[in-house]
Amino acid sequence: MLKKMLILIAILPVLALFAYGLTLDSRSFHSPLVGRQASDFTLKLFDGGTFTLSAQRGKVVVINVWSSWCMPACYNEAPALEAAWQRYRSQGVVFLGVNYQDRDAAAREFLARFRHTFPNGPDVGSKVSIEYGLRGVPETFFIARDGRLAYKHVGEISLPVLVQQIEQLLHEPGGTS
Amino acid sequence: MRGLSRLTLPLSQRERAHHRSWLAVLGLTGLVMVGLVPFALAVATVDLEAQVREVASQLRCPVCQGLSVGDSPSELANEMRTLVREQLQQGKTKAEVLDYFAQRYGEWILLAPPKHGFNLIIWVLPFALLPIGAAAVYLGARRWVRRPAAEESPPRDLDSPYAERLQRELDSYQ
Repeated sequence: MLKKMLILIAILPVLALFAYGLTLDSRSFHSPLVGRQASDFTLKLFDGGTFTLSAQRGKVVVINVWSSWCMPACYNEAPALEAAWQRYRSQGVVFLGVNYQDRDAAAREFLARFRHTFPNGPDVGSKVSIEYGLRGVPETFFIARDGRLAYKHVGEISLPVLVQQIEQLLHEPGGTS
Repeated sequence: MRGLSRLTLPLSQRERAHHRSWLAVLGLTGLVMVGLVPFALAVATVDLEAQVREVASQLRCPVCQGLSVGDSPSELANEMRTLVREQLQQGKTKAEVLDYFAQRYGEWILLAPPKHGFNLIIWVLPFALLPIGAAAVYLGARRWVRRPAAEESPPRDLDSPYAERLQRELDSYQ
């Protein structure tokens, strides 16, 4: 009897640990960057221009990291990103696509296929990706008007999530909308 | 004037010879130093690469399964190694470089959890459990050794048809 009890006592913590692991959402792991000021960076864009994050201060910024080889997640979310951009661009929301470890031709083909009109640029040396603690593609970062990284979405993002996060940031105290 | 020049001439030659020898020493030293520069650079590079490997081996590759940044052939791990090298060249310590990555990825990026806070349990628990395990092994072994011999072999008069059959077959071989 005592032996059985001891075995049970030894197994219970392991089972509890497994059970706790099952309750965790792999997409919502903690990022130490959320809540902190987003690191500034400058990205050279595919169209020849440049994008500097600090120049967008006072605006809600959505940064999507993607690759043309990221299939199907990046393909599935691409129309939602363009739709959200079209919906919120008049409200001063800025979208940026960061192309991660890709071939130039393949990346441009992807942009043409999904008719992305918001700024996009290659992340040379993965500098931006590492600075933002990227763990895979796609990932989407939402930056508040005060320059704070408000939310990080891991994996494919949908239009409802985009709308929800943008609306939240637009209606934050101190916002103009 | 002639006498003076006669007197000073040998001194001037000596000085020249002295200067020449100094120049030769300086030249030789310069040559040795110039020759040592590539060697010193090579030593510094080897040392830097060893440090890069050490730091990279302590970082988890974010896009791999169970591989360190040092072992991973992925492009991101390669970029991370470059970043580690750049930061070490800038004069950052190994701890500062590790902290840079932990600030962005969380402590998850560190293959060995830091020895503070809740993580301390991971470091302390095995050592705390060691005496308990050793005591269990000792007690088990002692019990096994002290078990009477009668317990080890089944009694011959076991009320089992199999035991009887076994005995019969054993007897038939004798």
